[in-house]
Amino acid sequence: MWTWFYRLASPPHVYRVAAFLAPWLLGAAAVLIGYGVVAGLVFAPPDYQQGDAFRIIYVHAPAAWLSLFAYTTMAVAGAIGLIWKIKMGHAVAAATAPIGASFTLLGLMTGSLWGRPMWGTYWAWDPRLTSELILLFLYVGVMSLRPAFEDPGRGDRAAALLAIVGVVNVPIIHYSVSWWNSLHQGATVAKLAIPSMPGSMLWPLLSMLAGFMFFYGAVLCMRLRGEVLNRERQATWVREAIKT
Amino acid sequence: MNPAASLTVDQVHVWRGDRHVLRGVSLSLAAGELLHVWGPNGTGKTTLLRVICGLLRPEQGVVAWLGRSIVAIRSEFQAALAYASHEPALKSDLTALENLRFAVGLKRRVSEAELRASLDRTGVGRCADLPARVLSAGQRRRVAMARVLAFQAPLWLLDEPFTNLDVKGSALVSQLLLEHVSGGGLALVVAHQDLSMACEVKRLELDG
Amino acid sequence: MNVGAAQALQLILRRELCLSFRRPDQLLQPLVFFLIVTTLFPLALSPELSLLRDMAPGILWVAALLSSLLSLDALFRADAEDGTLEQLALSGQALSVIVIGKTFAHWLVSGAALVVMSPLVATALGIPVGAFPTMLASLALGTLTLSWLGSIGAGLTVGLRRGSVLLSLIVLPLAMPLLIFGASATDRAITGMSPAGALYLLAALCVFTSTLAPIAATVALRITLE
Repeated sequence: MWTWFYRLASPPHVYRVAAFLAPWLLGAAAVLIGYGVVAGLVFAPPDYQQGDAFRIIYVHAPAAWLSLFAYTTMAVAGAIGLIWKIKMGHAVAAATAPIGASFTLLGLMTGSLWGRPMWGTYWAWDPRLTSELILLFLYVGVMSLRPAFEDPGRGDRAAALLAIVGVVNVPIIHYSVSWWNSLHQGATVAKLAIPSMPGSMLWPLLSMLAGFMFFYGAVLCMRLRGEVLNRERQATWVREAIKT
Repeated sequence: MNPAASLTVDQVHVWRGDRHVLRGVSLSLAAGELLHVWGPNGTGKTTLLRVICGLLRPEQGVVAWLGRSIVAIRSEFQAALAYASHEPALKSDLTALENLRFAVGLKRRVSEAELRASLDRTGVGRCADLPARVLSAGQRRRVAMARVLAFQAPLWLLDEPFTNLDVKGSALVSQLLLEHVSGGGLALVVAHQDLSMACEVKRLELDG
Repeated sequence: MNVGAAQALQLILRRELCLSFRRPDQLLQPLVFFLIVTTLFPLALSPELSLLRDMAPGILWVAALLSSLLSLDALFRADAEDGTLEQLALSGQALSVIVIGKTFAHWLVSGAALVVMSPLVATALGIPVGAFPTMLASLALGTLTLSWLGSIGAGLTVGLRRGSVLLSLIVLPLAMPLLIFGASATDRAITGMSPAGALYLLAALCVFTSTLAPIAATVALRITLE
């Protein structure tokens, strides 16, 4: 019954599908991000309280969302590789890790830029940014663990286990950080809150979010092809594929 | 495959990174049989042993004990097996007796007298209360062999059991193997030298 | 099964404690490290007890975290290096029983020892005696949770070169929630407020980790043993 699933997950198949999907995903991303940028930066009205500063949200919120989504994808792909022993799961996890870490960095930088007009400094221990920072540490942990093993198979499995442990901990970390922050409300730090939005502000945001997701998918396909070639370099189909 | 075999290894493949270390290795071992696995360095002898123990899962192939896959009957299989690795695997801060007690005690109930008897049998009875740190390499190998004896397990998997042993020590190990196998036990021995045994020895060569 | 899980657990506890007490210097080193790290803070900040009291929960907890990490590295390393870990894995006992035994024994000689030493350090940092019960309870729960978390990291990094650095990198982000709850509980006790909320959260975290971490640590060890 599951043979179709295993066939789906065979390396040459994954390689072909990723090659096919990438340009479409990139195209969709370009359209959605294009609309989002124009509508959000040019056409959406400035926020009542935050003025034009809030516009950074069009990059910050999607980046933060993607950083979490990518980590979850990495953990799920790793789990597929660890539990069902499907090697492409590990390939997806390895391909997605640096992309997710980059989104986390982007989220942190844009969050810092957003905070500057609000707090006067580039960093304050806002709960969302602090959670993002800890997520970055989790990414670094997984990305450092994989290459530390001499046998790449063991490295994959260890990284998968760590990603699963991390994904279980992410809600706990999130909760504990916002609990910690709420205790110390004495500090006059305005939280990076998404203002309640009318449609003209909301649609560009949703478009950016969808655009980022497609972008993530496109980059994942591209990196995945490289991962597959590297992992399967002994196989004959790879030699054929490289020739063409 | 011999239907009366107790241990069967069927078409096992293992890759270490890019290296295809074990290529379709098969063997079968029945009660009363001794198998000598030999071959040059790096051909996967230790890897094969670890696959049979269950420490390493092969990418392909099955290891079966009494007809059932060892993955399905893990604790039963481990209870029936005595593994001696290339290193003697002793805690240097514990005495020889304590080392045995903590190892064998996990597998079966055993009295101190039995453990001392095993140590006597391998010629290191006097070392029973000495910390393993002060024992020579040969004495540690003998303590490891005493542990194998004390497990009272039917399947022995020994990796280079003659290392660091003098002529008398090697003769002792051969004698113990002979007794074990004659008593209906099974033994798989990895050794790069020839086994001079009084009984019939099956051989498997791994040549990479 | 000739030897049941409970007996096996007892045997492993005895083995670990026996081994630990044969090397008293290795037992004491993390405790001395704990003392040294707590001394660093007054030197770096100020000798004023009133000032230190405000920082005290944080200092205490960070020091406890760092010294626990030091000793966690040794949880599986010694056994992996001399080959006895393989023997344990082939003993016929469930690997999780062995992991639980070793981790709990490790906590007894490191975390519990820290808890016992903490009143000494707390006094040096100006923590009032009234806050001691909360501090001890939070440290006990926190170090136990950390031992369980650390067993996962130790299982993953044993046998790696520079494994101890990776261990800290892996475990510290996961330990941040327990740091938050534990330090907060102590802080509330010092300022006279009720620490119950934080303690309950810490206890919940401890229970959660105690049930799931041994499974993860067992999987980690199997990956390592391959």
